[in-house]
Amino acid sequence: MPLDQSYVGRSYPPSPPYEVGREKIREFADAVGEPSPAHRDPEAARALGHPDVIAPPTFAVVLSLKINDVLVGDPELGLDYSRVVHGDQVFVHHRPITAGDRLSVVLHVDGITSRMGNDMLALRAEITTEDGEPVTTAKSTLVVRGEES
Amino acid sequence: MIRASDVSVGDALPPLTLRITRADLVRYAGASGDFNPIHWNERFAREVGLPGVIAHGMLTMGLAGRIVTEWAGDPGAVVEYGVRFGRPVPVPDDDEGALVEVTGKVTKVLEDGTFKVNVTASFEGKSVLGGASARVRLP
Repeated sequence: MPLDQSYVGRSYPPSPPYEVGREKIREFADAVGEPSPAHRDPEAARALGHPDVIAPPTFAVVLSLKINDVLVGDPELGLDYSRVVHGDQVFVHHRPITAGDRLSVVLHVDGITSRMGNDMLALRAEITTEDGEPVTTAKSTLVVRGEES
Repeated sequence: MIRASDVSVGDALPPLTLRITRADLVRYAGASGDFNPIHWNERFAREVGLPGVIAHGMLTMGLAGRIVTEWAGDPGAVVEYGVRFGRPVPVPDDDEGALVEVTGKVTKVLEDGTFKVNVTASFEGKSVLGGASARVRLP
């Protein structure tokens, strides 16, 4: 069954704050093979002009994945996550995610389209500090494969 | 760190060869919180019609991004990075893993002075990330 078009334009309440830890940044940098000391050593990060260690450019997925749970947990949307494939992903960084940040995420549904029996769900996760300073905009398309495919 | 005055449209970035093994998938699952079994459970992956365990698209995106961050010298210089997920990368259950070749090229200077870098990532000669590009702000 196609997804309900009335969801376009909807946004969900902000997530509880996520506190970015130095060790979490190091762990993520190790996992994606990013060698830069700016992910590991606060002094090296400061030498580049950052207040503390910064996260790799795709780190925001940790937050945007978590916020997708609100869609999965919304019974009225009827999203079958087992049929979901990640179509595309864009991160726009207003500034680097930095250790010590307390980040909140607001998920927006920007579009729902159908193509060849699949639903395409355009999502935008606006990641800000608790005070509302913009940090990262994470845009993604989730492809919900049709029942027959 | 590279300076804007040292960069011209058409410059090629030093290419990278990445190796993705099953151990990398486990490590990435833990670090990212993406525990979808298609990335670690062969039986499950085959049941849903995949050739076997495949790499997380976001892992391939993250690994490929290194071509830009290493070239720029400051990972904070990457102000935008986007990809489309094309073909999956199957990761065999051996020590060799899957080899992904990554190239990058400076394609444009944008109005705000940032540089657009196009990135390609291929596995067995076929592109696995479509339309991948980064925008980089250099001093």
